[in-house]
Amino acid sequence: MDELEEIKITFFQECDELLGDLESGLLSIDAGDTEPELVNAVFRAVHSVKGGAGAFGLEALVRFAHVFETLLDNIRGGKTALRPDLVKLLLRAADVLADHVAAAKLGGEGDAASTTAMVEELETWISGGPAPSPPALPADLQPNEDGIVFKPVTLTLPEVDEGPREEVWTITFQPMDELYAKANEAGLLIREIERLGKIDVELLDDALPIFDNLDPETAHFAWKVRLRTDVPEEKIREVFEFVEGHCSTTIVREASPPVLVEADAGPDIAAIIAAAQAANMEAEPAFTPLKVDVAAVESQPPVALAPAAPVAQVAQPASLRSPQPPQGEKVNQATIRVDPERIDKLIDLVGELVINQAMLAQRVAGHGFAASSDVGRGLDELEQLTRDIQDSVMAIRAQPVKSVFQRMPRLVREIAGQTGKQVRLVTDGENTEVDKTVIERISEPITHMLRNAIDHGLETPEERVAAGKPTEGTVRLAALHRGGRIVIEVGDDGKGINRPRVRQIAIDRGLIAADAQLTDEEVDNLIFLPGFSTASTVSDISGRGVGMDVVRKSVQGLGGRISISSRPGFGSTFTLSLPLTLAVLDGMVIDVAGQTLVVPLTAIVESLRPAAAEVKKLGAQGGVLAVRDAYVPLVDIGRVLGFQTTEIDPAEGVVLLVDSEVGGRAALVADSIHGQRQVVIKSLESNYQQVPGIAAATILGDGRVALILDVDALVAMRKREPLRMPEPSIQAAE
Amino acid sequence: MNQPANIGASERRELTSFWTGEQEYCVDIMSVREIRGWSAATPLPQSPNYMRGVINLRGAVLPIMDLAERLDLPPTQPSERSVIIVVQVGERLVGLLVDAVSDILSITPDQIQPTPDVGCDQSKAFIRGLITIDDRMVSEIAVERLLPDLEGLAA
Amino acid sequence: MIKVLTVDDSRTMRDMLRLALAGGGFTVIQAVDGEHGLEVLNESGADVIITDINMPKLDGFGFIERVREDAAYRATPILVLTTESDPAKKVRAREAGATGWIVKPFHPEKLLDVIRKVAA
Repeated sequence: MDELEEIKITFFQECDELLGDLESGLLSIDAGDTEPELVNAVFRAVHSVKGGAGAFGLEALVRFAHVFETLLDNIRGGKTALRPDLVKLLLRAADVLADHVAAAKLGGEGDAASTTAMVEELETWISGGPAPSPPALPADLQPNEDGIVFKPVTLTLPEVDEGPREEVWTITFQPMDELYAKANEAGLLIREIERLGKIDVELLDDALPIFDNLDPETAHFAWKVRLRTDVPEEKIREVFEFVEGHCSTTIVREASPPVLVEADAGPDIAAIIAAAQAANMEAEPAFTPLKVDVAAVESQPPVALAPAAPVAQVAQPASLRSPQPPQGEKVNQATIRVDPERIDKLIDLVGELVINQAMLAQRVAGHGFAASSDVGRGLDELEQLTRDIQDSVMAIRAQPVKSVFQRMPRLVREIAGQTGKQVRLVTDGENTEVDKTVIERISEPITHMLRNAIDHGLETPEERVAAGKPTEGTVRLAALHRGGRIVIEVGDDGKGINRPRVRQIAIDRGLIAADAQLTDEEVDNLIFLPGFSTASTVSDISGRGVGMDVVRKSVQGLGGRISISSRPGFGSTFTLSLPLTLAVLDGMVIDVAGQTLVVPLTAIVESLRPAAAEVKKLGAQGGVLAVRDAYVPLVDIGRVLGFQTTEIDPAEGVVLLVDSEVGGRAALVADSIHGQRQVVIKSLESNYQQVPGIAAATILGDGRVALILDVDALVAMRKREPLRMPEPSIQAAE
Repeated sequence: MNQPANIGASERRELTSFWTGEQEYCVDIMSVREIRGWSAATPLPQSPNYMRGVINLRGAVLPIMDLAERLDLPPTQPSERSVIIVVQVGERLVGLLVDAVSDILSITPDQIQPTPDVGCDQSKAFIRGLITIDDRMVSEIAVERLLPDLEGLAA
Repeated sequence: MIKVLTVDDSRTMRDMLRLALAGGGFTVIQAVDGEHGLEVLNESGADVIITDINMPKLDGFGFIERVREDAAYRATPILVLTTESDPAKKVRAREAGATGWIVKPFHPEKLLDVIRKVAA
């Protein structure tokens, strides 16, 4: 790829980080943090975006960033004081800047109308603040201190378009001491002049004192250069641009081109320098060597022009004074950048390793090696090692949910604006880690939950005041690990779910019977039913209204669960629970009707072999298991999935006690248990589609595909009456 | 093998032909990823009759469809000599269970005729056209139409 | 080969500098802020230094002043990166000890030009 294109990609990545820093800095300021470095950091973020944008010629972005930066510069310099309304404006400006970056990424420009409006507001502040202030300045930029209006620079240098005409100039310059202190060098200046045309150099050493008085750190020489050239005067002046003020320079155009002494093809700088040096040597006569600090002399451009060597000096310098003595390790350079594809490949390979190791173990066991034999133990160690490698590799890919949470403040601001609510977002647990495969998929459900919370959960400011609540509603977004899964909560302090209304809507839509007996919790969760919501709130993410049923479906597709709980008048909380990774699972391998299935270990409470006495029939088709003090419904896995029409006698088989979020406890009945194993999850959806009751698939040690049970779905299927009778052809031909 | 469908003026296409349900069919070679032997599939609960289950294709889960059954013909009785043709439809891979692979055909548009209506819905739905080669009639299957409507089937 | 130390907190700018300098046959070492720049200088040395002004921890001015305190680097050309042609910044940079400046956005040719102007 073109190198410049690569840097452009880097630039946009960096912009994302900078925009993130910008937003979090402003949010901290908004929350009351008065640390001055914060304002500096915020300024630098916008400054850096502008700098890079300029390099790529992204003019609209540069223009807006410049105005934004100017205001921030004023603030950090104390010219403008921070006020809450100003901070809110800055947050909105940050959003506009982000829009510009996003547009530039796609090769376009930010929206002109909103930009103009924002620029006007920013300029109001730049020129002294709102209310009684001079009329808003035009959208054009303010001139800077030079009176020059900033113009984005293109990458080509302006051409001087005077017709070339050869003239002769006499340039005299006398460096002052300070010139050398900046590592400028007369020799270099002469060399630069030489590039402009033909020159003739004369050393003026009248001012040279005798060696006794020679101070290596001061300047004693001057030069007179005759230059024949066709470049305009500005170009000559440019040579001295860095040394202005440290060098007295005169540039005089000769009236008529004099005869220049052209000794040879081109003046030999080295010769001139040597001549200058020789001139210096002559000033030696009877001298007593000065006590000169050798190091100082060597590193100064000596007054006697030695061939310009000092620049190339890479001495082993004495250690520079730095604010902290440099440690052995650079603390902030501890990360390395890795191509995510390489990690994915590594994870795939490790997954294959796990499968292979399982296959090997199986075959070895098949050959009769006992677990206690050295082969058996060797295999155990191998398994442990493989597990450890897998855990480590998965940990590489684990990321904090912060990257997803970071987008939410802006989203909340927008939804609040759209719905006329006042909202404060509080986040918790943004460092909770989750595999990359999950990170990418949680953003959408969270977005919908937030939208729902703000739109339906929170009351309008007036309503809230009437209810004795603060006008600003609070939405809390939290992430935590619980029970081997990641749990994301979105809570609001709004009015809670209007249960009678929800119930009525469900009845009206034919989703529940008019006389259905439901617990409060069940009523709350009616909103997840398909067809419940016909609200056409336009989601700018998908462009169409999204009901919570769609959200639930997509969450389930990830092997997740979502539910809601509510306290009328106080608020509601969405709870989203997802597996920590969509890549690996600890499972119990079981046999059901001749099929091998895997049950996620996190769902299993315990496994039992019930006694016949504990199995009780209930009703026509149902049965329950007496477990200590409770009766738990029996779910025959084989029958529910349609693998067989008859049921297993639990007393003959094995029971897995599970806790499902929707159905409470259940007792799953299987034929037998093979053992526990960590399996690599393979998606069914990528080539096929979601299968009811099945979460995913895996590949066993013998190379065959085994299905991974979706415990919640299975239990829900059992509850649904009537049961679908299985189709005979499911008995696959072998 | 990867000859583009349209080459210059002649517009020849290549197709893989095979036998199943005692009839000869073919599919565009561009959609064929590989051909492999039969191995026992893990059945999928509550799926249509013609879906035999899934197998392991080098670490990926590949659904297997009994093509004969999909075409409303008697179900295939798979044996050691059965063949699975792995085809790609969009982003997905599907394995078609057939009896045997026969040939690679190279045809021009004039060799294809539209499917006549013989009163069997399924045939017309999945078959793009009939190809005549000597005295053989080979029906071209439009693989993209074989996969079930994904929304409709989720229980 | 001439070694150039580039000090800038922007990754993009460091990359751009690297790209431009490589074209001129220079060896490039990088630092992310003034403090880091001092560390790197300590470890590797440099023949020419290019530094940004606005950086966290230790800004360009502070960095240049520190560098100039060391005799070994008093003759080392130091260029600052400035946006537009802000004269106040230039003056301040020079007071701190900068040799010259480069205006960003810069054309790679111009960058090499400026370096050549200040380095032998």
